[in-house]
Amino acid sequence: MSGLILEHVTKQFGTFTAVNDVSLAVADGSFVCLLGPSGCGKTTLMRMIAGLDLPTGGSIRLSGADITQVPTHRRDLGMVFQSLALFPHLTVGENIAYSLRIRGADKDAQKKRVDELLAMIHLPGFADRSVNKLSGGQRQRVAIARALAISPKLFLLDEPLSALDAKLREAMQVELRQLQQRLGITTIVVTHDQREAMTMADTVVVMNGGEIRQAAAPVDIYRRPADSFVADFIGQTNLLPFETDSTGRAAVLGTSIEGLAPLTGPEKGLLSVRPEDVQLAPAGNGLIPGTVTFVRDLGGTIETFVEAGGQQVIAVSSPRNRPAVHVGQTVGIKLDPATSVVLAK
Amino acid sequence: MRREPPQRLGDYGPLFFPAGMLTLFFVVPFATMIAVSFFQRQQGGFYTPAFVLDNYARFLSLFFGKVLGFSLFLAVAVAIACVVVGVPFTYLLARSSRKTQIAWLVALLSILSLSEVMIGFAWSTLFSRTAGITNLFVWLGLMSQAQALTPSFGAVMTAMAYQAFPYTVLVLYPALVRLDPTLSEAARTLGASPAKAFFTVVVPALRNTILATLIMVFIFALGSYLLPQLLGRPQHWTLSVLITDQAIYQSNMPFAAAMAVFLVLVSLALVGLAVYAGRQKEAK
Repeated sequence: MSGLILEHVTKQFGTFTAVNDVSLAVADGSFVCLLGPSGCGKTTLMRMIAGLDLPTGGSIRLSGADITQVPTHRRDLGMVFQSLALFPHLTVGENIAYSLRIRGADKDAQKKRVDELLAMIHLPGFADRSVNKLSGGQRQRVAIARALAISPKLFLLDEPLSALDAKLREAMQVELRQLQQRLGITTIVVTHDQREAMTMADTVVVMNGGEIRQAAAPVDIYRRPADSFVADFIGQTNLLPFETDSTGRAAVLGTSIEGLAPLTGPEKGLLSVRPEDVQLAPAGNGLIPGTVTFVRDLGGTIETFVEAGGQQVIAVSSPRNRPAVHVGQTVGIKLDPATSVVLAK
Repeated sequence: MRREPPQRLGDYGPLFFPAGMLTLFFVVPFATMIAVSFFQRQQGGFYTPAFVLDNYARFLSLFFGKVLGFSLFLAVAVAIACVVVGVPFTYLLARSSRKTQIAWLVALLSILSLSEVMIGFAWSTLFSRTAGITNLFVWLGLMSQAQALTPSFGAVMTAMAYQAFPYTVLVLYPALVRLDPTLSEAARTLGASPAKAFFTVVVPALRNTILATLIMVFIFALGSYLLPQLLGRPQHWTLSVLITDQAIYQSNMPFAAAMAVFLVLVSLALVGLAVYAGRQKEAK
C-alpha cells in the first residue's frame, strides 16, 4: 500500500510518553496538518517520520517500505524547520542545491534545477544572494525550495510560518497549499494555529497528550468534533452541560430542548454549540433564560456574552442580524438542535 | 537605550582607568623593550643607550632563522592539533547532558590551575622509560620493552597541546552551544550522513570561530619556553627558549629584546595574513 502509514507509533523519553500509540494513514498526494497545543507530541511525531528521533514502539511505512529504522539521510524527504535552518555560509543558490550536491549531481543539472525552483518560489535571479540579506518571507520560500529540490516523496514542515507576521502568514498559507496541489506531493505540516490547519489541510489531525483525538477533514473537525477537547480547541464553542431524563428528553441548563440528535448513550454530557449557531430572542417561549453581561462589537461580527445558569454563553452574529439587546437585559437563548453536537463528558 | 557620541571630555571618563592600566603595563614595557633592542651591549651584563642595529644584524643568521622557523612551525602544529581535536570534542560536549558538560568543563578548567612546570614534569614522568606509559603498553602486550618517549618532538607537541586544549575548548564552547542544532538536522534531511553534515555545514558555519581559535592557540604556543626544554632536544628549542637564555643566563638584554620584537612582528604579520585570508573568503 502506498502513502505514509504509522502503526502504533510510541515515543518515550525516560518515563515521559511524548507520543502514545499513534496510528495514522496518509494517502499519497494529500495534505495533512498535525494540530495541537504545545507539548501535545506533534513535533515529536514529525521528527519520527523524518527519522530525527526513533520511535520506541510501532512502525512507520512509506510507499510500502518499512522506514522505522532507516536513517534520515536515506529517506528521500524534504523538511522545513521552524528556524528554517538555512545554511548561513552558503548563498541562496548553494542552499537550494545542497541536496543535489550531496547526491553528486553535476553542476549544470544543479544550476538548472535551482533556476527552476527560484522561478517556482517567485525569486528569480536570487541565486547569488546571501541568505542573511533576505526578508522573512523570502527566507521562508528559500527553505521550501531547498526542501523540494530532489522532488522528495514526503514534504514535512514544522511550524513553518510561525516567524512571519500575520498578513504574510495568511498569504503564504494559500501559496503553500496551491504549490502542494500543483506538485501533488504528500505533505505533513505541524502547527498550533488552527486557522492555518483549516486553510491548508485535506485532513486535520488534532493531537493532545501524545494521542490523536480526531483525524478528519477541516469542516468535519469543526462541525462534528469528536470530543470536548477538539470542540474547544478548534474555533470558539459553548460547552453546555445537559442531562437526559427517564423519557430520553434532554435538558440544557434546566430547560428542555426538543429535537436534539438521538441520545442513546450518556445520560449526562456536554453539548457543543458554536457561537454563530446561538440565537438570542425575547425571553420565554421555552427558551433558556439568561442575562446579557457584555456586548463586543468588532465591526465585522458582534459577540454577545450571556450568563445563564452560572454558565457563560457566547452568541456571534453579523451586523445585519444585530440582536437588539443591551447589558443587563434578560433574553432567551435559542439553540439549533441540528447544529449542536452531543459529546461524552 | 539611547546611544549618542560622547560630548564632553568627562564622557570619556570610564575609559581612563583601562587606558591608564594598558599604558602602564603594556605600552611602557613594550616601548622599553623596543628601545633596549637598539642599545649597545656592555660586557658584564649591562647596556648603554645607543642606536645600533647590531642586535638585529646578529639575529639574521641561518641558525636563528631555523629556530624562528621551527618556533612558528611548532606553534602552528599545536594550534592545528588543538582545533582538530577540539572542534569535534566541543561539538559533542555542547550536545551532551548538562551534568556531563559540567563535569568535563570543571576537569578542563582544573588543568588551567596547573603551572607549566608541573605539566612539564608530569609528562616527562609519563614519557619516561622507568615509570611511563610504555610500561602499560608492555603489560597490555602492545610493546615488548618499555622505552623512553622523551626527549622528542612528539613529547613537546603532546604537552603543549595538552596545555592549550582547555583554552581551545573554552573559546569554541560558546559558539558551539549557540549553533542552531537544526542546521545539521536540516543537512541530514537533505541527504547528508551525520559525518558529512558535520563537515559541510557545522565546520563551515563556524569558520570565523575556528580561525579565531587557531590564532589564539598559535600565539599561546609561541610563548612556551619551558616545555621544549623539559621534553625536547636542543633542536626542539623555540625562539622563546633562546630569548630566555639570552636575557637571563647570558645577560644580553639588547639581543633578547631584539629577538622578542622580531617574534612579535612575525606573529602579528601571520595573524594579519590569517585574518585577511578569512575576510577574502567571506567576501567571495
